[in-house]
Amino acid sequence: MWKKIKNTPSGDYPAYIIIYGLLIAIVILTLYPLFYVFVGSFMDPYELLRNGINLDVSTWSLDSYSKIFSNSDIVVGFKNSMIYSFTFATLSVIITLLFAYPLTQKELKSRKVINYAMIITMFLGGGLIPTYLLIRNLGMLNSPLAIIIPGLFNVWNIILVRTFIKGIPADLQESAKIDGASHFIYFFKVLLPLCVPIIAVIFLYSFVGMWNSYFDAMIYIDDRSLQPLQLVLRRILIQNEVPPGMIAEQQAANQLAMLAEQLKYASIVVSSIPLLIMYPFFQKYFEKGAMVGSIKG
Amino acid sequence: MKRFLKEVVINNRINQFSKNFRENYQLYIMLLPGLILLFVFKYIPLYGITLAFKEYNPMLGILGSPWVGLKYFQQFFESPDFWQLMQNTIILSAMALVAGFIAPIILALLINQVRSVGLKKNIQLIVYAPNFISVVIVVGMLFIFLSPVGPVNSLITSKGFKEIPFMTSAEYFRDVYVWSGVWQVTGWGSIIYLAALSNVNEELIEAAKLDGASLLQRIRYIELPTIKPIAVILLILSAGSLMSIGFEKVYLMQTSLNMATSEILPTYIYKQGLLMNNYSYSTAIGLFNSAINLVLLIGVNMVVKKLNEGEGL
Repeated sequence: MWKKIKNTPSGDYPAYIIIYGLLIAIVILTLYPLFYVFVGSFMDPYELLRNGINLDVSTWSLDSYSKIFSNSDIVVGFKNSMIYSFTFATLSVIITLLFAYPLTQKELKSRKVINYAMIITMFLGGGLIPTYLLIRNLGMLNSPLAIIIPGLFNVWNIILVRTFIKGIPADLQESAKIDGASHFIYFFKVLLPLCVPIIAVIFLYSFVGMWNSYFDAMIYIDDRSLQPLQLVLRRILIQNEVPPGMIAEQQAANQLAMLAEQLKYASIVVSSIPLLIMYPFFQKYFEKGAMVGSIKG
Repeated sequence: MKRFLKEVVINNRINQFSKNFRENYQLYIMLLPGLILLFVFKYIPLYGITLAFKEYNPMLGILGSPWVGLKYFQQFFESPDFWQLMQNTIILSAMALVAGFIAPIILALLINQVRSVGLKKNIQLIVYAPNFISVVIVVGMLFIFLSPVGPVNSLITSKGFKEIPFMTSAEYFRDVYVWSGVWQVTGWGSIIYLAALSNVNEELIEAAKLDGASLLQRIRYIELPTIKPIAVILLILSAGSLMSIGFEKVYLMQTSLNMATSEILPTYIYKQGLLMNNYSYSTAIGLFNSAINLVLLIGVNMVVKKLNEGEGL
């Protein structure tokens, strides 16, 4: 690192100092709120409000976490979100790949029509109420299907995969054809193994998208036992609600407010940890998706 | 004779098509699940747009409800909320657009100056991370940090200033919305620029150094021109989405005290529609909003086509 800097004109040093200074500030600004919440989740809420975070680990306790994990709302929400996200991501990959492959085949004469029919929907949508009425008429209100099924057909993902498949040398399919392979055989035996990177991209994006969304669940799912984690979090973080099971033991209003406050920190940590742990390992796939997305976008 | 020929041609076409279908039936099988989803969830709701021109009656359904023409559009344009809503939507959107455009460019230029590959990778890992935090959590954190007793206000009051009602006043809503957005997505937005910057020819930079070009000059004359084409396209594209600002974060940030600036078209559509059951009115406003989006998008696409030598989106 220093060798490179030695090559630079010495007049640049002040500029480099400013740049590194700014970057350090940016990194701290990015991490500090997360760090604050993390440390706060181990602290006594009164202490936290009075003096801010305290780095003395001996004063920390796991009290918030034991409250969180004894709260059935959060545990059920976490489980629901896992199931919904996993199902959604898996089905998304299947639907997207199956749909994208035929669109790369010249023999498919209706390719153009299908393409138009699909692109149009990126710009024209029915909007909130028509979609809501459809879901209601399909009898999917209050069912996880309402948040999983409608989003499975994602034009954006299809374009992404189609572009990827087009980038695979055509000779491969030619030789497969000469060997007598049908579309199915070529798709499953030859193409799929080559598509692993793009499958990872679609899977991860769909998973994170489902994990982090709350809107569809808010309008379609009333039953608390079916709600995803984000809705539970919304009640705790935004609406300052204390889960029903805990009200009995806490009487005074200010105690309730404190409990509501305390639960916030630990619930943020618990709900964002799966993604924050997963993300560094898959960073290259996420980046790839972002790249293709913005260039084509 | 002519008729006969015509029939032959048509028969031929049908034969060709059925031959094509027989040879490629597997392709159609693969398309089938997607086609069903496309039809049911993208096209059937399109039909529901007619609600905007009808007086919805739950007993009669969409089909049977009577037509009322432009009644609901008129109701919206004449409603006292109209200008306030338009103004709130456009200002918030424009502020987010400008900040969301400039911040990633600055960040990318800063990160690109880091010479050590390992350090660069770590900085990227950190600044990308907030992008993966859900909007519920981000807004939840805003309420924690910016509450009257939260850490930001205790810092402010400890310095002798007056406490600032960030989340409970119309005055601060837009700033909180935009700056928290900058915190969350700037890192992610810089990816595309960093990729473009990685294509800058190293020799060009070395040569510039030998000629005594300062760091600022190198940024100005080598790096900025490199990212300019992408920046222009991204800016034009975001102009196309000026009126399609997202619902999710604004709705969570709304409190009864900041409505004067935080009520935007999408939140109003939601409340009118699903909370107050004015289905037709809500659909009409939604249609109005998407019509503006569509016009903006077509306009933007024309501009891009011009710049991009005939290649649209």
